[in-house]
Amino acid sequence: MSIDIHEYLAEFDDIPGTRVYTAKRARQGYWMNQFAMSLMKAENRERWKADERAYIDEWPMSEAQKQAILDRDYNRCLDLGGNIYFLAKVFSTDGLSFLQAVGTMTGMTPEDYQAMMIAGGRSPQGVRSIREKR
Amino acid sequence: MARITAGVATSHVPAIGAAMDLVKTAEPYWQPVFAGYDWSRRWIAQEKPDVVILVYNDHASAFDMKIIPTFAIGCGERYKPADEGWGPRPVPDVEGHADLAWHIAQSLILDEFDMTIINEMDVDHGLTVPMSLMFGQPEQWPSKVIPLAVNVVTYPPPSGNRCWLLGEAIARAVESFPEDLNVQVWGTGGMSHQLQGPRAGLINKEWDNRFLNLMSDDDGEALRAISHIEYLRETGSEGIEMVMWLIMRGALGKKVRPLHRHYHVLASNTAVGHLVLEPVS
Repeated sequence: MSIDIHEYLAEFDDIPGTRVYTAKRARQGYWMNQFAMSLMKAENRERWKADERAYIDEWPMSEAQKQAILDRDYNRCLDLGGNIYFLAKVFSTDGLSFLQAVGTMTGMTPEDYQAMMIAGGRSPQGVRSIREKR
Repeated sequence: MARITAGVATSHVPAIGAAMDLVKTAEPYWQPVFAGYDWSRRWIAQEKPDVVILVYNDHASAFDMKIIPTFAIGCGERYKPADEGWGPRPVPDVEGHADLAWHIAQSLILDEFDMTIINEMDVDHGLTVPMSLMFGQPEQWPSKVIPLAVNVVTYPPPSGNRCWLLGEAIARAVESFPEDLNVQVWGTGGMSHQLQGPRAGLINKEWDNRFLNLMSDDDGEALRAISHIEYLRETGSEGIEMVMWLIMRGALGKKVRPLHRHYHVLASNTAVGHLVLEPVS
């Protein structure tokens, strides 16, 4: 099965509210994700918690990436090449669960997000395609 | 001869592992998730597989961004549960089956699947949560495990069709192993979920149930044709994990008999799906 790579990648931009972790994002976010990965080690978590700015300055990340992490602005992190499984190391260090952290990206309050999930989650209706409005 | 006797599909949500580790399984939120595995635990206690080929994905635990293997097979003797940032799960070490794993790795490469071979790694919730769901909380895992890690994080992941073909090749490899072994193949991850961006929280019950129907049917052509963009649009950005179920399904051959099915919305951010299938020759 032969797939046109340009068409394949272009379609990802047609999904509302979603950043597909493409090679382009993986390249842009390489050091942000590797920084996040470093928080898997307890001694690094201690140093990060003691002085976030000093710790993040050790990494060759852009200032915008550093600020997005320091602000815990996860949508901005995704825009700058972050991947959610790596960013999870940051919010886990903060003591947040996936449910709590993921909710922050939706523009909903934590209570509203939790209530939506308990009620069965977000419907795919209307958020499948920007172009086709379905 | 070694033989594949069954296939299991299950979600591998980390919060499910935490619920077991923290003894919350009887709470009203969790009870319906676990109730769907009661039958499976009784079944597997009778089946006693010698080896489970466990298809899963690593979530930035053993693999960071340095190396991204599309298909990697664990050929080591044992694997420790990974520290995913809050300490390793309190579960036993996972014992590998290096003889069968190396046999499969060699066979797959000769069969033109260019596998990455892993001798040492820790295994994260993607692998240990399915084991806890199926085996409960024993002192020692009753089966040996061959981890088969698939990249479903960095795009492009392998196509569903490629996963299916890999499953078929695994079946050929297992059948040519001389020792008499009862082998199961498990496909894990899914079902619909999205953990990122403003669309986070997406759940698609209708699509998930159609997928469960197709998994339980003979043939499987429709499953193989599902594109990445369809998984992304219909099942959320993390629903793509379901391509890993197709490795299991491909390994069972064309005809299957569904033995058990469970679907529950939801655990944490994720729709929980579970199937037990038997190959029909």
